[in-house]
Amino acid sequence: MVRTVSGRPGHASVTPAGRSRPTGSTSRQRAVAFMRRHRLTPYALLLPSVVAIGLLLLWPTIQITEFSFQNYGLPQVTGVAPTQWVGVANFSATLSDPEFWLSFRISLIFAAVVVPLTLLTGTLVGLLLNRLGPKMSAFVSSTALLAWATPAVSASVIFIWLADPDGGIVDWTLARMPSWLGGGAHWAGFSWTNAPLPAYTLLTALVVWQGFPFVAVTVLAGLKTIPAELYESARVDGGGPWRIFWRITYPMLKPIFLVLLLLSIIWDFGVFTQAYLVTGELGNRDEYNLGIYAYDRAFTMPPSYGVGSALALILTVILLIITVGYVRASVRQGAIQ
Amino acid sequence: MRLRSRTLRRAGLNALGVLVALVTLFPILWMVSTAFKPAREIYSLTPHPLPAHPTLGNFRSVIDGKVIGLPYWNFLKNSLFVTLVSVVASTLIALLAAIAVARFRFRFRTSYLIMLLIVQMLPQQAMVIALFLDFRSLGLLDNLIGLILVYTAFSLPVTIWMLHNFVAAVPREMEEAAAIDGAGPMRIFWRIMLPLVAPGLVATSVFAFIFAWNEFIFALTFLGTDSAKFTLPIYVTYFYGRGTVNWGAIMAASTLFTIPVMTFFLIVQRRMTTGLVAGAVKG
Repeated sequence: MVRTVSGRPGHASVTPAGRSRPTGSTSRQRAVAFMRRHRLTPYALLLPSVVAIGLLLLWPTIQITEFSFQNYGLPQVTGVAPTQWVGVANFSATLSDPEFWLSFRISLIFAAVVVPLTLLTGTLVGLLLNRLGPKMSAFVSSTALLAWATPAVSASVIFIWLADPDGGIVDWTLARMPSWLGGGAHWAGFSWTNAPLPAYTLLTALVVWQGFPFVAVTVLAGLKTIPAELYESARVDGGGPWRIFWRITYPMLKPIFLVLLLLSIIWDFGVFTQAYLVTGELGNRDEYNLGIYAYDRAFTMPPSYGVGSALALILTVILLIITVGYVRASVRQGAIQ
Repeated sequence: MRLRSRTLRRAGLNALGVLVALVTLFPILWMVSTAFKPAREIYSLTPHPLPAHPTLGNFRSVIDGKVIGLPYWNFLKNSLFVTLVSVVASTLIALLAAIAVARFRFRFRTSYLIMLLIVQMLPQQAMVIALFLDFRSLGLLDNLIGLILVYTAFSLPVTIWMLHNFVAAVPREMEEAAAIDGAGPMRIFWRIMLPLVAPGLVATSVFAFIFAWNEFIFALTFLGTDSAKFTLPIYVTYFYGRGTVNWGAIMAASTLFTIPVMTFFLIVQRRMTTGLVAGAVKG
């Protein structure tokens, strides 16, 4: 069975939360009386989540902001020296560091390449799933979701092994491909993880492989909501598939594409686990993206939690700016009722 | 004539579908196949998709713990403990919050919902710096309880969001009818709300399960020194970082780590994707 959104409990096309339907004044009175009697109940129900999120998500964010203006390092952690406010020293050190700009550029270019690739692959597979018969569609989407469910750690070691210089299938295949396809004997023993460009090429394949199923399934769910009559009338008007996509499918799915675009940017700009493993854990400084650079500055001996926090704050602010767009798009779609 | 062209088009689409499925499955199949290959087939000059002489040697070497000093079961136990406790905690907390958001109107309700959307995007590699220092002073490093706390809290924004859509989908009229029949709030919760949101609870707990089972950054940072406390993701990368890379062992460890979560996912896939897509399509 193909999973669609409509008609299942997860779909929020239901009665707006909390607004009771006007089914007669008695029921409305009862609802009002209920609300009055239970004025504090919602707060009590929210309390555990607010405490958990507050202590483990919001408080660390405040702390990072605080640390980024302090000289927080090993002596301060062990208590040998006190923490001191250092103004914007961590930020000015960061912004004048060429390694910061390199890692920033790597994150930016990576997102600029991977986001469109993921969206394109996902959309094409979503369109294909929509055209397939129910059984075939279920089979293909199941396999795609297996890629999505593969843990980042497993996916990373699998792709590193596929691209291994000794015994990896990628080099083996490339070495046997004809030269007009870019193959040739020089690929034998080629290392994909020793230089930034090959490492990020491998990472691109890995992240697209893990990322496209979510896009495909979401696009498929959106396609199911487009009325078939729209397509029929377009076909009667004599539009080809390309024209129909841009005239009907794209405008109808535009809100979904916007959300997928913003989510993909947030995920791919901040990708950590896969990048950390493919670039050989810590140490290859010319292969750091922004997140790994922040992590390295914070934790590699001698640790500098202050500079690391400044970098983490920069990363957080960049992602929050994109998140504002995501929240606005969600609100406009009626996610908050 | 028309019928033939339709059959042809269908066959072409199906062929394309099979191709997409094969390309997608290939890395997973290659992992499993490598895990069963003896060393000389892994580094063979003519690699085959399937092992010619399948062996359990790789699995044996990671399960008995020759490389890492402790058997696989130790790490499986750690991962299961951390994952199950955080799934139960996060699902319970999320259910309470979801009922509040879906069933009540109150001040700060919209702010709360927007807060959920925002904190969901906070980068873990940023949070980990502050949490590492906090947990260091609380003595929660090299401690599975620390991971449970983090996994519970970090899955909450998504689990609450998913679950509040499910709770909102339960018709109010049913609760009202029960109330008219004289059922108290507890009874309404156990008899009406809980059975009807059960599919939602399954979906959200699968999400929380996958998140905790797969999580890497916090485990890497918090479980630095005590290998007995490693969870499975750290256990898998342990084989990767040491000297001569033994791909047979890594793929065996990776298979042992991946297959349980995939099996679990395939069983509940239908509800899972519904919930996820609902979250995405509706924001």
